[in-house]
Amino acid sequence: MKLLTANFVQCTVKACGSSPDCFPLHFDQQIPDLPLELVHEDVDFSPEFICNILPRIEWAALLTTAGELGNTQLPDAKPEIENPHAQENEQLLRDLHTLLLETQIIQGSMRCANCGHIYFIRDSIPNFLLPGHLVQ
Amino acid sequence: MSRPEISAPPEVFYSDVESKKYTSSSRIQHIQASMTLRALDVLALPPHQHILDIGCGSGLSGEILSQEGGHVWVGMDISPAMLAVALDRDVEGDLLLADMGNGVPFRAGTFDAVISISAIQWLCNADSSNADPKKRLARFFDSLYAAVRRGGKVACQFYPRDDRQTESILRAAKTAGFSGGLVVDDEESKKNKKYYLILTAGNVNSNDINLHGVKIDKSAMTRPKRNRKEESRKEYIIRKKELMRKRGKLVALDSQFTGRKRKPRF
Repeated sequence: MKLLTANFVQCTVKACGSSPDCFPLHFDQQIPDLPLELVHEDVDFSPEFICNILPRIEWAALLTTAGELGNTQLPDAKPEIENPHAQENEQLLRDLHTLLLETQIIQGSMRCANCGHIYFIRDSIPNFLLPGHLVQ
Repeated sequence: MSRPEISAPPEVFYSDVESKKYTSSSRIQHIQASMTLRALDVLALPPHQHILDIGCGSGLSGEILSQEGGHVWVGMDISPAMLAVALDRDVEGDLLLADMGNGVPFRAGTFDAVISISAIQWLCNADSSNADPKKRLARFFDSLYAAVRRGGKVACQFYPRDDRQTESILRAAKTAGFSGGLVVDDEESKKNKKYYLILTAGNVNSNDINLHGVKIDKSAMTRPKRNRKEESRKEYIIRKKELMRKRGKLVALDSQFTGRKRKPRF
């Protein structure tokens, strides 16, 4: 799962729907059987897409997620980019591209801060299926 | 071919064997690709969008999303076997194992567009004793409406079993807040007939959707006006009694005296 997607997924338990804590899902508690594993995977660079998605990214949540994954070097405020083709923005866009699209979470678990449900990630696929008692 | 929906739940039906068969069949690949292209054609999206593929399976339609316009997509499916095939095929999008009937697990305003090929008819089936298709449809469309940004568009191709399924899907979508309707391709052909549910969230200019070559059925857009004057008193009573019977009320039987006036006795 890309870090970009991790910035959009929330807890799928119905009772959590109205709670502000159901997003973002936290990576702070990992179980020994399923250690956290990240990998870098090359994806075609598209500055237009980064510019399109950037306004919708919750920067605070991204900082939390990145911090829990071990990257504490992100700037505190969301960078603003208006022209995707300007020379001076190129490096910034490439950094964002590497962070959001090329960083993949292969294995680990995510925790909802509201209900405490743990979602497992195996083979880069997070499992959002709920056990019977959590389905409304 | 019999309908897969009636044989087993999706996560059981799309087993390892069936998933491989589905993905390697060139006939299915061709149909899937043409339906994806048609859905994209109707949506008329600008390039580089963030798209959700519901019931992505082995990523056959996702591949097309990556090729056409460089979209970044996230796919969700309930069948682990199908997702395993997708992993083997090394698709570009992110994959999620999730049940759409429990809602799409994304926060508000995540996607520019949503696409779904041959998936949402599964919602009309109750696969376990505690599953209520009506609730699952409502939960699906409610969470979907939230996950699409305002001005976003949704195209779902599906195979309804009968008119009642189409109607319940349409009603659930309308209740969630979507506007839009049904596009039917190849209407005359029983075999090639294809239903596309085209929805928009929030304010979308109708010109943003490419309805070129789609016949718009006027009668579906305006409710037929009932001419009250042509209906006699007896017909009115019989119509109302029929309605009450449909609602399960206890209604007196129809007879030759129904709707007649009593004789003046005094």
